[in-house]
Amino acid sequence: MISLEILDLEISMFMESKTLNKRPVEDGLSRVDGRLKVTGAAKYSAEYNIKGVTYGVLVGSTVTKGTIKALDTKRAERAPGVLAVITYLNCPNIPGYHTDNQPAKGPLKIFIDDKIYFNGQPIALVIADTFERALFASSLVKAEYNKEQHQTDLKSNLSNAVTPGKAKDYTRGQEDAYKSAPIKIEQEYVLPTEVHNPMELHAIIARWDADDKITVWDKTQGVKSTQRSIAQAFKVPIENVQVTAPFVGGAFGAALRTWPHEIAAVAAAKVVKRPVKLVLSRADMFTSVGYRPQTWQKIGLGATADGKLMGITHEASGQTSVYEDFTEGAVNISQLMYASPNVNTRYKLVSLNVNTPTPMRGPGEATGAWALESAMDELSYELNIDPIELRLRNHADNDPLSGKPYSSKFLKEAYQLGADKIGWSERNQKPGSVTKDGWLVGYGMGTGMFGAYRSNATVTARMMADGTLILQTAVTDIGPGTGTAMVSIASERMGIPANKIRFDMGDSSLPPSPTQGGSQITSTVGSAVYDACNELKDKFKQVNGGTDSTDYVQVLKQHNLSQLEVTTLSKGGSEMGNYAAYSWSVHFIQVHVNPATGVVRVNKAVSVADAGHIVSPKTAASQIKGGSIMGIGMALMEEAVIDHRYGRLVNNNFADYHVPIQADIPQVEALFVNKPDPHLNPMGAKGMGEIATIGVAAAVANAVYNATGKRIRELPITPDKLI
Amino acid sequence: MKQFQYIRPSTQQSVLEAINKPGTKIIAGGTNLVDLMKRGVTAPDKLVDINHLPLKSIASTKTGLHIGALALNSVVSENSLVIEKQPLLSMALKAGASPQLRNMATVGGNMMQRTRCTYFYDITMPCNKREPGSGCGAMEGYNRMHAIFGASQQCIAVHPSDMCVGLAALDAVVVIAGRRGERRIPFTEFHRLPEDHPEMDNHLAKDELIIAVEIPDNNFAKNSYYLKVRDRQSYAFALVSVAAALDISNGVIKQARLAMGGVAHKPWRLLDAEKALIGKTVSEESFKQAALIAMQGAKAYEYNSFKLKLAPATITEALKHASGLV
Repeated sequence: MISLEILDLEISMFMESKTLNKRPVEDGLSRVDGRLKVTGAAKYSAEYNIKGVTYGVLVGSTVTKGTIKALDTKRAERAPGVLAVITYLNCPNIPGYHTDNQPAKGPLKIFIDDKIYFNGQPIALVIADTFERALFASSLVKAEYNKEQHQTDLKSNLSNAVTPGKAKDYTRGQEDAYKSAPIKIEQEYVLPTEVHNPMELHAIIARWDADDKITVWDKTQGVKSTQRSIAQAFKVPIENVQVTAPFVGGAFGAALRTWPHEIAAVAAAKVVKRPVKLVLSRADMFTSVGYRPQTWQKIGLGATADGKLMGITHEASGQTSVYEDFTEGAVNISQLMYASPNVNTRYKLVSLNVNTPTPMRGPGEATGAWALESAMDELSYELNIDPIELRLRNHADNDPLSGKPYSSKFLKEAYQLGADKIGWSERNQKPGSVTKDGWLVGYGMGTGMFGAYRSNATVTARMMADGTLILQTAVTDIGPGTGTAMVSIASERMGIPANKIRFDMGDSSLPPSPTQGGSQITSTVGSAVYDACNELKDKFKQVNGGTDSTDYVQVLKQHNLSQLEVTTLSKGGSEMGNYAAYSWSVHFIQVHVNPATGVVRVNKAVSVADAGHIVSPKTAASQIKGGSIMGIGMALMEEAVIDHRYGRLVNNNFADYHVPIQADIPQVEALFVNKPDPHLNPMGAKGMGEIATIGVAAAVANAVYNATGKRIRELPITPDKLI
Repeated sequence: MKQFQYIRPSTQQSVLEAINKPGTKIIAGGTNLVDLMKRGVTAPDKLVDINHLPLKSIASTKTGLHIGALALNSVVSENSLVIEKQPLLSMALKAGASPQLRNMATVGGNMMQRTRCTYFYDITMPCNKREPGSGCGAMEGYNRMHAIFGASQQCIAVHPSDMCVGLAALDAVVVIAGRRGERRIPFTEFHRLPEDHPEMDNHLAKDELIIAVEIPDNNFAKNSYYLKVRDRQSYAFALVSVAAALDISNGVIKQARLAMGGVAHKPWRLLDAEKALIGKTVSEESFKQAALIAMQGAKAYEYNSFKLKLAPATITEALKHASGLV
């Protein structure tokens, strides 16, 4: 556990921040931990001062495939301050690595043998008494390899794509029906590898408190799943693993799993018998914690002359590692988005000598929507129909996949809201026909959708004698403002101001919540907060002899109680079986393109979300804006480049791997339909983390086409592709 | 990073003595050197911090503008004399790096920065500049950012500076101190082409110190422009950049200065194109002709052939801006 002193300090800081939030909930609560974050008082996993801590630095393979022939760690071991150099030759047994019935493929096991699967794969972990000494010693570890021929190039290996066990080809109606349609398009789209690159580097501090007891301060999206993974790896009772992550500095999916470096840090702490802190370098972030996989896609669309879709065919081949099959729903969006009688999809994987991808915001769907929504735009020009009109003509009134009615869908309103805001009527269907100050002006749009979910969570709600409501659950907040949303819900339920509510999270000893990911936390944990608050109110009513009162302080005092507490398990409703539930988004982009230099400037961005009732307007708007910016980066900048001769990344740093900076981003407008979903959960809220990004890249590419008449089918759209 | 010594002399004389020993490097803003040390590209035994030398002044002289080698990039770019007399330099500086870096980086350090070629920075890759004789990783590798002019079989890296492109165009002079006294060389002769010694970026001797740059007075202030084409709008190196300065009288070009960045191992001065502009009327057509002339001898590699189109387009655009056509 954290020392009480630290905890007290944090609570007092947290409370202080609450007093700033004087605005009523209706106007949208300001981020409850905003002050902590902007003042640096919020503590991230690398920032805990743990007594006796030591420092780890990873050494990565410089070859891409082969085996380690020789490892020389002697110089490193003799370097000043070095406590251990852990390699496959001396790594202590990690019991969870040796289970019966091992599958042929599986997560990378660190320091288990001499095999190299990808460039940058950790071959050693140097532990020293200071970070600088560990870093210096890491430069002294020398390895020799038996090199083997590697493959890292997706495009030249597409013929080796195979259908993974988890994926099935999908056909509705007739296969490849688009081919016989009067109007058709057939195009290929390529998305390069993108790396999550949250601002906060992955970091863990691991400490053994006893032979079977472990504490970690870790960057993770799920303290419970990390707790489980570490307990399994080291075969200790799950309750003996404490995972703390009250603040997470962005993750976007990169901290969904427990990665090999986290296991290595725990193993190392056992070796040196002291706590070990391991912070990945920015370069490590490119090879250690996943990425959005490079994906080749082919879309065929066929339509009647008046724009009714007759067939959609969507194929995708994404890259994965040789040791693990990573699959995502790249083609699923084509099964779901439009009311086409004939749809077929094929999804394949190409195994390469790279590390395993992992879900990145809008996983799969963002990749698929880039292709599908680009193709729909191409079709709109082929048909000479306004792109929004084309989508309205193919609007799905029921879920095309299951035939079920939607729990809620206000996509048509979203189109209208966004079109009005961006000034869609100014758009000219003829590409390259509008200029301003010598720059070409273009408009584009793209639609996004993602499943809306609710799973199970447990929340403790405790009313203290001074009227403070403490809510507790294990969930993490990777940035969207989960704490703020939960406080908003509780404030509304309990009828007390937000500054009287404290939300404790990011701690595995708290009641269970799911991992933050998949746009389900507001729905899931929000429902648990809602239910817990209701139960607490009932309990107050009981105590108060059946009379409702929101003067909780008075009730506690009157009945001589120091506090009143409930712990509520809230489960997803079974009625959802009758409905198909999705969140929807529409993104509008206006670009200016310099016809001479090919420079693209996003001049306006409007994103509209149909995500049910918005429980926390300010943080919701921030989330939509952040997702839009991420999509703009996806469209215009992001690309991890490998030199295939070496199988090694050539831009694994923030100078060469570009994400948007402030100057690239205009005022992004976030709009909400804000109509409750009557079925998904008691708040009527749906998730929006993924839909914020899904569809944006296509909107940008479509705007570039409208401006220039140039259709870019391989991202990112850099100036060289437009001149 | 290996351990090193750090000293901070307070006189120019003691700096000159200190740097005359092998394994010694000068540190000023450190915005590039520290990165190089962290990546293991360079590992000096001793750092000589020159920040205490009195080399920060920016002043008008009888013939031009004197800028001390330790003047910060941000300070120079905001200096009223610079903005009034040499706005091109201010524009070039503001196009470089990020505000945070410009607050640390010095004029002399900017001139001394190394290429950002990825093969130079990754010590597991071949690079003749970092390790002579190891080969050029970029030649047949990912060379999107690389040179189209003046490259050699040994090296196709580019000089990353924006400021230097401006100074090359403005006929600046570099003032260099050595143990035997001062010398002055034209800015365009400070940096060198890779030839057979890509490990040498410039003609500064090991025991010399840049103390100032001087820009002669000119008539370009009204018609100057720095255009940088890059993958994002700040904190990105140039795909191509152009410094353009014109002296225009009654719509006729009397004098022209042009230099390009992102295309060569040094700031690439376009003397022939300048000559072609003299006596021409201000028009897109004459700018395009000059741009064509500027491109003679250009050679592209697998990933940077777009520069053959982008460079002349950027020259033309920069001239249009400088002349007030746009």
